Amino acid sequence: MLLSEVGYARPATLEQALGLLAEHSGARALAGGQTLINVMKARAASPDVLVDLNGIPELKGIELRPDGTLEIGPMTTYTELIGSPEARARPILGEVCAQIADVQVRNRGTIGGNVCSSDPTNHLPPLMVAIGAELTVTGVDGERTVRAEDFFLGVYLTAAGPGELLTKITIPAGRSDGFASVPIGRDGTCIVNAAASANGELRVALGCVAAVPELVRPSSNNADAVRDAVRAKALQPPADVHASADYRRHLAEVVAARAVEQASKRAGE
Amino acid sequence: MEAPAVELSKTITVEVNGVSYEREVEARRLLIHLIRDDLDLTGSHIGCDTGNCGACSVILDGTLVKSCMLLAVQVDGASIETVEGLAQEDELSPLQQAFSDHHGLQCGYCTPGMLMSGAALLRENPRPSDEEIARAIQGNICRCTGYWNIFKAIKAASGQEVEA
Repeated sequence: MLLSEVGYARPATLEQALGLLAEHSGARALAGGQTLINVMKARAASPDVLVDLNGIPELKGIELRPDGTLEIGPMTTYTELIGSPEARARPILGEVCAQIADVQVRNRGTIGGNVCSSDPTNHLPPLMVAIGAELTVTGVDGERTVRAEDFFLGVYLTAAGPGELLTKITIPAGRSDGFASVPIGRDGTCIVNAAASANGELRVALGCVAAVPELVRPSSNNADAVRDAVRAKALQPPADVHASADYRRHLAEVVAARAVEQASKRAGE
Repeated sequence: MEAPAVELSKTITVEVNGVSYEREVEARRLLIHLIRDDLDLTGSHIGCDTGNCGACSVILDGTLVKSCMLLAVQVDGASIETVEGLAQEDELSPLQQAFSDHHGLQCGYCTPGMLMSGAALLRENPRPSDEEIARAIQGNICRCTGYWNIFKAIKAASGQEVEA
């Protein structure tokens, strides 16, 4: 399909990218393009300028600090993360990325793109919230760090505002995590998903049931306690051709309990 | 260092199947259109144009991608392999021959993408498991074969025994 006319620039540094975004108010960052290009075909987004982030080495790569903290460059692809020995320090990351779409999309799609598109059906927003990730947002005036639970503001809306870029994802050490979903076909779009982390306090984040991930803190890892905590949230999930609101509410309890079970099992290992 | 200029079109150089091409392309042009319309390599197909069907799959700098979800300007300086690059002269590649032997195609529309996905898999993983083969073609849709014969063809091309 022919896209609407668009300008293109491929900066080599973060500074250049921020300068281009500041200079062109209708500019958007192009990460892996596995969402944005399709959205542009459908004319659901019509940026004047695309600032291609694929030529900026400082936005790529995974570092494991001595204390077990992971620092992930947002332009790291799913495939790179899945294959990264460093990323195995938090195994759930690679496990979840391996469930996203297909080989071609995983080869090109990026961690930062998944997070910043803030599509309620994406895999990584609930995972980031559950495992307590911190997101570094950089603009021309400097950088700030935002907790994942404060980063997602709405459908397609995050704390990385116009002219800003997500520049680093920091993930604390931990191994006792779980993820469960009911997707449309294997590795397809999620109908409901849940990520759980049992490293210290128990945190569960639900996806696809609201505009942003819903953080639930069950009192124990007992399946009934988890289901009660989800029910207490009185979720108002969307209804569509794949699931009614009632069915999504039911699935939310089911996948939350499954994710917690996986996380708890690992905590006992 | 000054930021690069914003351009509506750009002259790019790209190597496709070992041949170097220089073309001026608009920034809005998708890679699949560069390949099919500008370079006249019509083996790669456009099925869905939404990144679902995989008929446009090509190998970009060694990595399997869907060429309807990339801009042509993004491949400046890159090396691309399309289905036209698989055969040597008139001799089919072992994978292509296996598709023929095992009836891995009917209408043939998905075949260029299936072949590129199969080729990318076998380079990285010369003896894939059944599960690995199935997952390797997850991003490619076929509406004729029911996938079994494609699966068998890829397995046979890896030198493993398959049921007739």
